[in-house]
Amino acid sequence: MDPVNKIPDVKLDDVKVRSNGNGLEKKPANMVTAPAVKGLDANRAYAIQPTYVRDVNPVDFPWKIKWNSDTCIRCGSCVSTCTFGSIEPRLQRQGQTLSMGSFPNPVDNSQVIMAIKQVNDPKHYCRGCMMCEKVCPTNSIRPVYNEHNRFPLVARQGGSPIKRGGRGHHLPFRVLDTIKVGRISQMTDPSLDASRHTFDLLTPLGRNLPPDELPFKVENGKLVMDGWAPPLRWIYPVMIGDMSVGALSWRMWEAVTMAVAYLNEEYHLPVRMSSGEGGMPSRLLKSEFLKYFIIQIASGHFGWNRIIKAMPEMVADPAAVLIKIGQGAKPGDGGLLPAEKVAPHIQAIRGVPKADLLSPPNHQGLYSIEESVQKMFLSMNAAFKFRVPVAIKVAASATSVAVFNNLVRDPYHIVGGFFLDGISGGTGAAHEVSLDHTGHPILSKLRDCYLAAVDQGRQGQIPLFAGGGFGDTGDLAADAFKAICLGASGVFAAKIILQLAGCVGNEKGRCNACNTGHCPVGICTQDPRLVARLDVDAVAQNIVDYFLALDVELKKLMAPIGNSSLPIGRSDALIAMNKSVSERLQIAYAC
Amino acid sequence: MCRMAAIKSKEPVSTALALRMMLAMQKGHDNSGFAMVMQDLGGAFANFKRFPLLSMACTSEGLYRAEKFLDDLGFTPKFDYQPDVDDLPGLDFQKMPHYVFRNYRYPEHFTNRPWDEKKLLLVDTRLKLRQLLNQDGQGYVYSFWPDVLTLKEVGDPRDIGTYFQLWNEDHWLKARVISAQCRQNTNYRIVRYAAHPFFLGGYTLMGNGENTFYQKNKEFQQGKHPGYIGFESDTQCFLYTLHYVTEVLGWPLAYYKHVVTPLSHEEISRRPDAPVLQRIRQSLQHLEINGPNTVIFVTPEGNMGIVADAKKLRPLVIGRDGDMIAVASEVCGVNMILPKRNTDRDLYPAERETVMINNNLEIQQWIQ
Ligand code: SF4
Ligand code: SF4
Repeated sequence: MDPVNKIPDVKLDDVKVRSNGNGLEKKPANMVTAPAVKGLDANRAYAIQPTYVRDVNPVDFPWKIKWNSDTCIRCGSCVSTCTFGSIEPRLQRQGQTLSMGSFPNPVDNSQVIMAIKQVNDPKHYCRGCMMCEKVCPTNSIRPVYNEHNRFPLVARQGGSPIKRGGRGHHLPFRVLDTIKVGRISQMTDPSLDASRHTFDLLTPLGRNLPPDELPFKVENGKLVMDGWAPPLRWIYPVMIGDMSVGALSWRMWEAVTMAVAYLNEEYHLPVRMSSGEGGMPSRLLKSEFLKYFIIQIASGHFGWNRIIKAMPEMVADPAAVLIKIGQGAKPGDGGLLPAEKVAPHIQAIRGVPKADLLSPPNHQGLYSIEESVQKMFLSMNAAFKFRVPVAIKVAASATSVAVFNNLVRDPYHIVGGFFLDGISGGTGAAHEVSLDHTGHPILSKLRDCYLAAVDQGRQGQIPLFAGGGFGDTGDLAADAFKAICLGASGVFAAKIILQLAGCVGNEKGRCNACNTGHCPVGICTQDPRLVARLDVDAVAQNIVDYFLALDVELKKLMAPIGNSSLPIGRSDALIAMNKSVSERLQIAYAC
Repeated sequence: MCRMAAIKSKEPVSTALALRMMLAMQKGHDNSGFAMVMQDLGGAFANFKRFPLLSMACTSEGLYRAEKFLDDLGFTPKFDYQPDVDDLPGLDFQKMPHYVFRNYRYPEHFTNRPWDEKKLLLVDTRLKLRQLLNQDGQGYVYSFWPDVLTLKEVGDPRDIGTYFQLWNEDHWLKARVISAQCRQNTNYRIVRYAAHPFFLGGYTLMGNGENTFYQKNKEFQQGKHPGYIGFESDTQCFLYTLHYVTEVLGWPLAYYKHVVTPLSHEEISRRPDAPVLQRIRQSLQHLEINGPNTVIFVTPEGNMGIVADAKKLRPLVIGRDGDMIAVASEVCGVNMILPKRNTDRDLYPAERETVMINNNLEIQQWIQ
């Protein structure tokens, strides 16, 4: 038997020893450890130099890797799985004292072993995505949140602002969770039975004419249409928010579109999905399934070249056109698709070269609300010959009501929906300072807009759709229901769709690397090796299953308040368990 | 549950019938009152059908104010009926000092104006009177309309009947159309204005059940017409919707049902008139009734209509015998006054029906 203390033939001087110290590994007293400095040789490593303490170290990062040398079998799975280059194998000398034979005869020795170490470069900081943990066959590695991190102080090296994707906005509490459905039908009126009664959950998308302006005439005691009325779609009140192909991998986008088509075709659930600003594949544009999609136009007009070219060959109208003015997660900021994600197919769909794709914060040439109605709404309406509702999406803001009021009074009746996006929305890429410090919560603005419409007797004339954080806790039905009672005609949600596809990001800072092109689950990347991690069919199935469950859950919420139609604006059904929330949203306070 | 009784008869009948129907349906303690609207009057008012009839309960100050106000507008009294009362000790209801049932002549300059203008004047005058008396609790103005009389009181229905001598079959109060309602005692803070039936511009309506879309209805109706006020009861919304659909929008009456209980999208999509129905559903989504309700209404022409909620969660029965049709929320109410009728001919309106009874007592059933 070979002596275990045989020293491998490694010259220590040649090895760059780094031991940025964490981990569960045992450190024998005599083990050689060296301070963590790149390029430091072992001899110098023994000397403690004051400069080293100023160097960036994983203790500065939001996530620290815990690794267990004893159980690790050195399979390398974690290192090869980590898409951020946050961990690497390193050689490390390890001392051992062994005694063999019948009598104690301790012998000090050491060997060089392979260790998994966290990289100390802020560009490769660990995102806490847990992929290493997921793939490790022996549970030997995991990221641990480091609440004392100094990341904001080390990550701006080189003078670049921090960018990230995903979500997380430092919000003190989640308002939706303080609201309950508190008005239950009992003896005064019976509750309905969610599984036996029929429910009609559809909501209108499209400009709603005031009743006295409907183009009706009476003929033989019956009303008949007599003139043009704005296009109208009855859709499912929960739709899939804007995520572009580009921000999403093509396979992820495909999975969502498959789910949408399946829900419509097989389950007759008219769920609609917004394309996001990035165009759509020609094949889809020219297919009959286009009717399930809302085509977005944002300030960069990405993809519109292709859309316009496809128009003569379209066999169906899209569900709507959505003019994106702003986004809740980063209001005032335009879209951003980093060059790393602009793969050849994205270049083709968007009609752009490989470069950072920055949409301007404003639509060029729009300088007022009135003008936007005339220019943009009219031209988008005209593009589809006034057969397709044209809606607008803005970030919730202190000014939301002014914008909404102005559109409600639009004399042409061509604004088909007001999409209001709150601070808790997600994004593919943004400056962290925008993500964390700009924006407006959705609920109060949704309520303000609805009540502004009520004051004018115009509720429902421009349907309000709310987004931004709905479904963050996984309960999209409950969130949607509460928003509907507060006045939304429906909601849109996007992040939860990613989560259904396996996204591990969360509000507490996990992952959110959607801007990097290194999405560990293949959702937000165009790298074919990573995209291959996504199982398109399984993702589509997850989304379909979730919507089917959500449909039942919505009914489970409608039944106890005795409604079989959507309770849009039925705020009397809600109670708030927070006094300020109750006052601000004008719903009953309960404790 | 509110109990409703409606009578449509070829000959004027006494209110005692309505009261008897009510008491037959009463279960347990009930103290929240009795209200009725009578139309196509017989008895004392038979000769004054053309003259707007003011129904009001008020204080002396209220009466003084109302008289002065009407006088200023040019209305002059034509016929005044002071009801004889039996003010027995121990009657359980809250009396008002004055009960006014008085026909007026139109102001002179209005005498020859078209009916459309007179209608507006009458609605406007009643609303102003109501405001005049309401501001400091001087009284209640229920209706001001030709050939329509309203009485509403809070208390025990039996005692209210006794006080006004309504049990007397030969009473001065008789009508061909009577709509009456008593409430279950769910609310002791009930005000008189909250008692059905409600009246606006020729339309009378009462309902039972819970209007679960009350807030939506109310928020939509406020400001759509000066008469859409009060909202003391969630059932008022059903009247305002009826008025809005037929009077303001001028749509055929059959569309009331399409507004309050719209067909499902699936059903609509199969119909040839889908574009119209979809627009109605979109545009008037806030006027839907989405709870358990039955509604009985009377149109300005005196036709009685009945609709139920879309799930038929509230019962209603129509019984007929000879020259009378009785409608009640429970069959025992009809049994009380039409015991010998052929019950096979009773109608239980379905969830998709509007039942209309015209002045010849012909019944039409319109399927939505
Ligand atoms: S948690 Fe994710 S980013 Fe961190 S080391 Fe593991 S795989 Fe890499
Ligand atoms: S898993 Fe992908 S989609 Fe989710 S936060 Fe990370 S990078 Fe973004």
